[in-house]
Amino acid sequence: MIQVENLHKKFGKNVVLAELELHIDQGGIFAVLGPNGSGKTTLIKTVLGMVLPNKGTISVMDSSVRDKWKYRQDINYLPQIANFPGNLKVKELIAMIKDIRQKPSDELKLIGLFGLESFLDKKLSNLSGGTKQKVNIVLAFMFNSPLIILDEPTNGLDPLALIRLKELIFEEKAKGKTFLITSHIMQFVEEVSDQIVYLLEGKIYFKGSIEELKTKTGQSNFEHAIAAISTHNNHD
Amino acid sequence: MGRIKIIFWFLICLFGNHLWAGTITVCNSCEVKSIKKGIAVAADFDTILIKKGTYREFNIQVTKPLTIIGENYPVIDGEDKGEIMTIVSNNVTIDGLFIINVGTSYTADYAAIRVVQSENFLIQNVVLEKLFFGIYLEKSKNGKVYHNKIIGDAVDEYNSGNGIQLWYSQNIVVERNIVQHVRDGIYLEFSDNITIENNISSDNLRYGLHFMFSNDDIYKDNTFENNGAGVAVMFSKRIKMLGNTFKKNWGTTSFGVLLKEINDAELTGNTFEDNTVGISIEGSNRIIYSKNNFIRNGWAIKVRGACYTNTFIHNNFMYNSFDLAYNSNLNDNIFEENYWSGYTGYDLDRNGTGDIPYRPVKLFSYIVNRTPETIILLRSLFMDIIDFSEKVSPVFTLDELVDAKPLMKKIK
Amino acid sequence: MPLRLYQPTTIMIKILKYSFYDLMRSRWSYVYFLFYLLLGFVLLFLNNELSKAVITLMNVIIVLVPLIGIIFGVMYYYNSKEFTELLLAQPIKRSSIFLGQYFGVAGSLTVSLVLGLGIPFILYGLFQSNAIWDFSLLLITGAFLTLIFTAVAFNIALANENKIKGFGYAVLAWLFLAVIYDGLFLMSLIVFEDYPLDNLSLIATMFNPIDLSRTLILLKLDISALLGYTGAIFKQFFGTNLGLFMSIFMLFLWTIIPIWRLGYVSKRKDF
Repeated sequence: MIQVENLHKKFGKNVVLAELELHIDQGGIFAVLGPNGSGKTTLIKTVLGMVLPNKGTISVMDSSVRDKWKYRQDINYLPQIANFPGNLKVKELIAMIKDIRQKPSDELKLIGLFGLESFLDKKLSNLSGGTKQKVNIVLAFMFNSPLIILDEPTNGLDPLALIRLKELIFEEKAKGKTFLITSHIMQFVEEVSDQIVYLLEGKIYFKGSIEELKTKTGQSNFEHAIAAISTHNNHD
Repeated sequence: MGRIKIIFWFLICLFGNHLWAGTITVCNSCEVKSIKKGIAVAADFDTILIKKGTYREFNIQVTKPLTIIGENYPVIDGEDKGEIMTIVSNNVTIDGLFIINVGTSYTADYAAIRVVQSENFLIQNVVLEKLFFGIYLEKSKNGKVYHNKIIGDAVDEYNSGNGIQLWYSQNIVVERNIVQHVRDGIYLEFSDNITIENNISSDNLRYGLHFMFSNDDIYKDNTFENNGAGVAVMFSKRIKMLGNTFKKNWGTTSFGVLLKEINDAELTGNTFEDNTVGISIEGSNRIIYSKNNFIRNGWAIKVRGACYTNTFIHNNFMYNSFDLAYNSNLNDNIFEENYWSGYTGYDLDRNGTGDIPYRPVKLFSYIVNRTPETIILLRSLFMDIIDFSEKVSPVFTLDELVDAKPLMKKIK
Repeated sequence: MPLRLYQPTTIMIKILKYSFYDLMRSRWSYVYFLFYLLLGFVLLFLNNELSKAVITLMNVIIVLVPLIGIIFGVMYYYNSKEFTELLLAQPIKRSSIFLGQYFGVAGSLTVSLVLGLGIPFILYGLFQSNAIWDFSLLLITGAFLTLIFTAVAFNIALANENKIKGFGYAVLAWLFLAVIYDGLFLMSLIVFEDYPLDNLSLIATMFNPIDLSRTLILLKLDISALLGYTGAIFKQFFGTNLGLFMSIFMLFLWTIIPIWRLGYVSKRKDF
């Protein structure tokens, strides 16, 4: 699904990704974790083509992404901060993204799922943060794409919406889709993810299942395992 | 003495016509077929009536006191061979002719109608086209050039002539003529006591009106529009310029009026509109400028130096790019009680004049005088800012050049 | 199901359309529009004559339009940053996004300008007046200035992640082109007044879009003769159509270069 080879990225003098190698196969949910500033978002953005690598190649579904844009037709992306043009109404925003993607979509089901019917005619600037995030989720899930990238999807969600989101993720996974998720809510990660990709100092420090992680760190609790993997490194 | 003479001759003409004079009719089918023949057979004070038709004649010498009248504008076609009519007798009237194709020469100033050393002439209702010189008055007196239309087709100055030219002539009235597309519309040299009134001189190559070495003349209520360079008044004394309009003399070296070496003149009630320079003044003294309107000129007034005792009072200065350019000392020239559209002061004591003086010379005007290329910064924000700061505290411009009593309302 | 992808230009027009609608509904567009509407009426009320109002308007246009264009452009860019990121993840070419947004902003500003000034002037009988050509030229120049300064604004914002810095540079850029440039220009003319300056000053004018617009309008407002007073080169330049064509051509260049750079830089930037 995604092949990342020898990926380098610097912002100024600050090396964010170095010699990063990552292979993600089709199907399953991959959680990209790591401490702040470890390059999670940068990694995701290079896959999306938003950040351009200094060195290395990335291919999504067997084709290189460099200077390409059409491959994003096969990716759904949920950005971290849900901020949209304030003067558009919710339904106009949805219509606009549909207009741009020109792909079949099932936004109606999702609108119902998150109870957004009464907000469709409201301007985006008048929505609360949680409602905006729901709109964000609708936009990310309404198209049928093989790769779905979610950056902090749980931001601002109420418990009910969180449950709906998880259901949605599992539903899509069942269809054989591949997920790339970042989150700092470890409980959420533990519940949904099949594989953990742990980033540290611009490299893949660990890649494997939750069980493997627990075994490696000798912790029975996932959260503690994550904490241990970070501190372990610190003592190196 | 002159006046008595006029009346005397007038009486003679009047009675002459009625009592003794006959009328000779000229037409293509008449016994007299040419104007020359008509003049040859005419007795003094006869009338020659020219019927409608085309007469191919030139060098017509009017040697007797005659009244030559055209009926329905007969055409006299000079076929570019030379001068067409020369009047060498007193008491000649020319009326209602259409004269075309005056010969062009580089050695002789051929005219459509020339008056030589004669008195009491009247030239009226004449239409001149395709001419070199139009009406040329040479050492003549006591005549009138009235209601003629002179339409030239001049392209270059060197091979074109003037519409109405006065040379060493006195006591002449030039009234209600229209002069277009010639070199100078009206040209005066060494001619005194001339009245030029209600003429329209436009689209001429050089000047609408050109004065040289002529004194005690009046020109009033004329319109000078779109000429190469407006009106030039040079080396003359006691000229009155009243109620004229100077318009659209746009051109890189153009102006409404150029005053050069003029003394004791008066400019009142004139309108200067859309000229590059309204009035350009050089070496002129004791001139009163009052009740003139200066509207949308590049420079309303340009004072170039050696000017003394000039008074600018009760004029309207409206929307000129520069009201005044001044490149000498103030001397004893006075600016007072004018209306300036650029004045932004106030009148708290309600006496009709502003409480703070107006400075007509902007810093930018001063800079442009010094470095002409800076004109390219006209109307830029930077210039507005430095003009403003100069207005608040003058450093570069003449401190004493002010209108201490700027009017709050424009003069009607 | 085969995917039907739009061409980049079609997408760009779509983004333009959405940015434009978004802006046409924003408070700031109305403020801008009402400002020009008010300005038009006040000018006409004070001058009571179209041709005079046109001259006063020129002073306003060459100073305010660039300022508003550059501030508004920077503001829009920063405000729509997250939305831009959303679009960046869509199957869209980058240049389509930025050019679309740019034309949306510049377009809505131009519409506000043209309508805001056009309405009062039309009500005062513009179509019956011979000031219509001067007025049209004024609006065209205003449109050019909007396009140029919005493009400059996008360039500045693209180069500065920091909002405060971006605004600072934008205001500085405006201040430089509107005021400081002319000050330096004037000083160099005075310092070198013993040398022939015609060509130098013409070239200096060409390098500043505000000066360029100013001379273009002055040319048409018949002050060309005034400018030509100075010498043969000015006379040739301002007295003939050469000046007009050169000025318009340079305005085109001034518009195209920042827009091209916008596309170029956006392709190479990380978001």
